[in-house]
Amino acid sequence: MMELGWWGVLVAVAGGAVRVSTPYLFVSLGETLTEKSGRVNLGLEGTLVLGAMSAYGVAHLSGSPWLGVLVAGVAGAAFGLVHGAVCSLARVNDIAMGIALFLLGTGLAFYLGKPFIEPVAPRLPHLAFGAWSDSPPVRAALDVSPLFVAGAVLAPALRWALGNTKWGLVVRTVGDNSDAAKALGWPVSLVRTLATMAGGFLAGVGGSFLSLHYPGTWNEALSSGQGLMAIALVIFARWDPVACFYASLLFGGATALGPALQSVGVTTNYYLYGAAPYVLTLGLLVYSSSTKHTLVGAPSELTISR
Amino acid sequence: MTLRSSVETAAISTAAVLVALLLFGGFAVVRGLDPLEVYRVLYLGAFGSWFAVQNTLTQAAPLMLTALCTAVPARAGLLVIGGEGALVMGGLATVLAGVLLANVPGPPGIALLCATGAVAGGLWVGVAGALRHWRGVNETISTLLLNYIAIAVLNHLITGPIRDFDQVLKPASWSVGEHLRIGDVPGTSIHWGLVFGVAACALLWVLMRGTTFGFAVDILGGNVRAARMAGLPIGAMVLVACFLGGAAAGLAGAVEVIAVHGFASSSLVVGYGYAGILVAFLARQNPLAIAFVSVLLGGISASGGLLQRRFGLPDAATLVLRGFLFVAVLAGSTLYGRLRIVRRP
Repeated sequence: MMELGWWGVLVAVAGGAVRVSTPYLFVSLGETLTEKSGRVNLGLEGTLVLGAMSAYGVAHLSGSPWLGVLVAGVAGAAFGLVHGAVCSLARVNDIAMGIALFLLGTGLAFYLGKPFIEPVAPRLPHLAFGAWSDSPPVRAALDVSPLFVAGAVLAPALRWALGNTKWGLVVRTVGDNSDAAKALGWPVSLVRTLATMAGGFLAGVGGSFLSLHYPGTWNEALSSGQGLMAIALVIFARWDPVACFYASLLFGGATALGPALQSVGVTTNYYLYGAAPYVLTLGLLVYSSSTKHTLVGAPSELTISR
Repeated sequence: MTLRSSVETAAISTAAVLVALLLFGGFAVVRGLDPLEVYRVLYLGAFGSWFAVQNTLTQAAPLMLTALCTAVPARAGLLVIGGEGALVMGGLATVLAGVLLANVPGPPGIALLCATGAVAGGLWVGVAGALRHWRGVNETISTLLLNYIAIAVLNHLITGPIRDFDQVLKPASWSVGEHLRIGDVPGTSIHWGLVFGVAACALLWVLMRGTTFGFAVDILGGNVRAARMAGLPIGAMVLVACFLGGAAAGLAGAVEVIAVHGFASSSLVVGYGYAGILVAFLARQNPLAIAFVSVLLGGISASGGLLQRRFGLPDAATLVLRGFLFVAVLAGSTLYGRLRIVRRP
């Protein structure tokens, strides 16, 4: 990467935006769907880690990375079911429950994932969009995961479905006015639980990307808050799936900043650059929150928007 | 707290512990272990001997302080989970103060170090309180982000600016002078942090139960509109509640430095903050109950080593047990007001 010099940093950050953004994208799309139904799931950080572990474990044992992706999604949906079901009980705080599942999810992943730290699992295939270029960094930057493409297609599809289908209308009504939904005879708790399961499925798939594409291994420091940042990103994106896509690219770029600078020899302050995505998230939250009025696009049944 | 609600809390919390143990037992069965044997070792590792009890109490000390970081703001209606970050910032500030105050004699120096750690932790969580009040930023998310930022700051400082290059095993900061350290309670291997923890719990219990401030915070936590109608200074109260909580966790960081390690390193980031959240919820945000629940949770951590040696369970086994416990406790919160333990008057 040295031969590109500072351009290399730019290429690496742009490439990182595509390469690193996928987990953000899947978690934020999942959380958008869940929050649209009026519930918050902070546990998706745990789901992401659990998804990464189960995908890696299954891919290693079965030899099929795609089976790993599927199992990661199913594990995420199972966690979503637990969250959705317990939060349907009266007087259970969904934010606290999210923290509990965050801790349980990471704990389970570390516990079950112990045997998979050493072995090598088959990776997901790449789509080499950069084959035309002679420059290795450019090629590396354009080595795109099919999961990224899937997420990029899913974002507008989810926006369309939420806005234009009957299912979308049900989810939005439940999230904006549960009394109206009840009056129409829609099962509020069931809709929320299903939306939380679907959100968990997506977050689990996002986790499989971490272990099967980039960084492409399983260890206990794999996620370090990416799921949480993706949840914060939903607020910044105003609960719009397509805005989630752009915000995910931004976060991917911020996450790639530290390694990119290191690759051109800027090794001082490495850990401070590593804090960039967290600081960016906090800054965007400060920027996009307000005490004066409810946020545009925020489902009104949401505990965090009250 | 009335007798009825105390009995109710104790009954529901006990039930939650039993459910969590049952789930954990299921895990043991899947591994081909005898669950009763696992419970027995769990108990032995936590309370089975004087050695185990000392280990448990040592583990409990930081949990009391980090649990207060969640419990105090919770009384004001905030869900703060920034104990981990406040502990780290408290520990870092203590190291810096220890180097600056190297010539100050022991007792006043130690008091200053503890105060510095507490203030640093308090300001760190206070930021989240301020953002909450003036910008409406969700405090749960901001405190969790602040945890990651604090860890990044720690890693930055101990690998560069304040690194002690004589420490070869892993990056660590400069050390605090021997005369500024506090040792163990005489006759035990429990460090003085336990006394700090118990004192902080008692102090905050009195503050929450016996003062006008505590009463006002409870009103704010119960109903923001009522608090506004009553003309309470909501912003100041949110800030003070966050500061006090953060100060407790910051003090935990100071204790880790002056009583355990002597320096700041990644040993500050071992999950005390996250375990503290669970303690706070198990104790229903009551400072006095926190002191007792911390001992229980400290016991789980203390027995982790024995579980590992005896059954070859991964060290994350205690994390799983904690996770089950957390979920069971929250699911149990639906039972409040529905049990007929003591007849309603």
